[in-house]
Amino acid sequence: MDREEGEDWEPLRARPAWADVVPIPQDDGPRPVVPIAYTDQFREVMDYFRAILAKDERSSRALELTAEVIALNSANYTVWHFRRLVLEALRSNLEEELDFIESVAENNFKNYQIWHHRRWVAQKLGVGAVSGELEFTEIVLLDDAKNYHAWSHRQWVLQELGGWEGELDFCSRLLEKDVYNNSAWNQRYFVVTKSPLIGGLQAMREHEVHYCVDAIKAAPMNESPWRYLRGLFKGDQDALAHNPLVVAACIEEIRKDASCVQALSLLVDLLGAGFRPTPSDTELLHQPVSSPAALASNVCTHLENVDAMRARYWAWRRSLLPSTTPVS
Amino acid sequence: MATLHLQKHVDYIKSLDKKSDFDSLVTEHLRMSGAYWGLTAMDLMGHLADMDANEIVAWLLKCQHDCGGFGGNHGHDPHVIYTLNAVQILALFDKLNAVDADKIAAYIAGLQNEDGSFSGDEWGEIDTRFSYCAICCLSLLKRLDKIDLKKATDFVARCKNFDGGFGCTPGGESHAGQIFCCVAALAIAGALHHVDKDLLGWWLCERQVKSGGLNGRPEKLPDVCYSWWVLSSLVIMNRVHWIDKKKLEEFILDCQDSENGGISDRPDDAVDVFHTFFGVAGLSLLEYPGVKAIDPAYALPVDIVDRIFYGQENGFTDKL
Repeated sequence: MDREEGEDWEPLRARPAWADVVPIPQDDGPRPVVPIAYTDQFREVMDYFRAILAKDERSSRALELTAEVIALNSANYTVWHFRRLVLEALRSNLEEELDFIESVAENNFKNYQIWHHRRWVAQKLGVGAVSGELEFTEIVLLDDAKNYHAWSHRQWVLQELGGWEGELDFCSRLLEKDVYNNSAWNQRYFVVTKSPLIGGLQAMREHEVHYCVDAIKAAPMNESPWRYLRGLFKGDQDALAHNPLVVAACIEEIRKDASCVQALSLLVDLLGAGFRPTPSDTELLHQPVSSPAALASNVCTHLENVDAMRARYWAWRRSLLPSTTPVS
Repeated sequence: MATLHLQKHVDYIKSLDKKSDFDSLVTEHLRMSGAYWGLTAMDLMGHLADMDANEIVAWLLKCQHDCGGFGGNHGHDPHVIYTLNAVQILALFDKLNAVDADKIAAYIAGLQNEDGSFSGDEWGEIDTRFSYCAICCLSLLKRLDKIDLKKATDFVARCKNFDGGFGCTPGGESHAGQIFCCVAALAIAGALHHVDKDLLGWWLCERQVKSGGLNGRPEKLPDVCYSWWVLSSLVIMNRVHWIDKKKLEEFILDCQDSENGGISDRPDDAVDVFHTFFGVAGLSLLEYPGVKAIDPAYALPVDIVDRIFYGQENGFTDKL
């Protein structure tokens, strides 16, 4: 929680500039439902804010007061609303407002109000704000690489204002630091499918398959690249099942670790989509040569054991497979 | 073996009324949500009658603005989140007739954008959370016809990702909280066909980690609140059996403060009303004995929802 306590804070009632204002106390009623005891500073700042709000005074001292309220409680959305009204009335310098937001955000990177305010300012500044916003979100993501607000803001900036050029590289850099970063994987998909500078999913697919496979080799138990791989072939399962790189990577991971759940799961998908293992494939899998359906069934049974928490899911997957019982 | 310390949690929630610490202070702007979490948890535990309905409703009504929307507390601007929470609280107390449903419906309808999405308030922030708030609230008020429902659900459908999950806006990373909002909104709107239940069900059951708890995204820590968001989504999609219910139950019970009451995000952390509600709600979905059933889409006790949709006006009585 942010708070500005300390001896250097001067009470508002002692400040000459505020002598004309009558503070309004919190109205909790005669027997308040949720009575709250306030610290002196908080109480006073809020009382004066209520007075300014009641008067709808959109002055520079009002602007300063909103900053004091925000410093004590940056999640109070009403004060942000009012600050915007004052900024508009004063036609304030919005570049400076970005600096203000940055200073407030330091300890509050998960605060909805701060991010929304930032977006409002950036929207008003327009295209000129692009590099600053990408820089700002990058700083936040350096500290917390999965910050949902930062990624959401970044996506908004790209779509509204542009700046796509370095985005795929940005994703790669983050994944280099942490290949398990699901947000970066999601952003990768976002760039590949929506960037006006890239040829689209079809054009990028082979490149992305290579990227995925490298990531899988580096960390086979990483959920994200396996999902991403499936995402690359959405609606085109046939292509997935016949992609030599995908098939090879899947089988290789199982060969290395017979309980690699992600690889085993993909194998079931591949078999269902038309992948026909060669004798050497089945040898690598330490499985007897049998029909694809029988192999898939064995893999599902195996998964019920190695991923016991989701045993019912794997049993259900097995139930979907075509019957392996020969019809006599 | 751990059990649910129900009375301790009841006492904990009641004690929040008298709380006077800094945390209560800095959350006063979202008191409407806090009240909804606390009161719904109380009802799930069978102790709603311990609360002063008249006092709460009187306070709540003063949070409504002329436009029809509700703020988070007195003196706070209207927002769709607090408008939903206000209506949910009124539903708990069977006091929906205390408000003008058309007025609230008009406020919410005014927040719908051309593309079908909903803004949270006049300042225009767009998020599928607000689609859920709008659709859920209007449904409880039986005013779903006041918005363009097809456009609303089409927007939600556009927020579906390659992994079957949903984000805050189109392309936004799949996140269990957002997934709940989208799945529940689509369920209420009768548009669940937009959901790939098998793909999403798998993504959701993969949220369960070794400790039995659920996380909200791949490679993140488990948190009791996801016991609600992941679980309710699975229940709506008829795939809750894909997780290990027993292990999840153990995780939630481990997050209790067995001395002072309340539930925290993960074992041994500080408790709060938010996690207390989601922990109890999660246990409800797991059919834990002694906890009332909760509706996974409306996030209100089933009997409250039944009363709204199948209540006296349709001629149903207890005897049926």
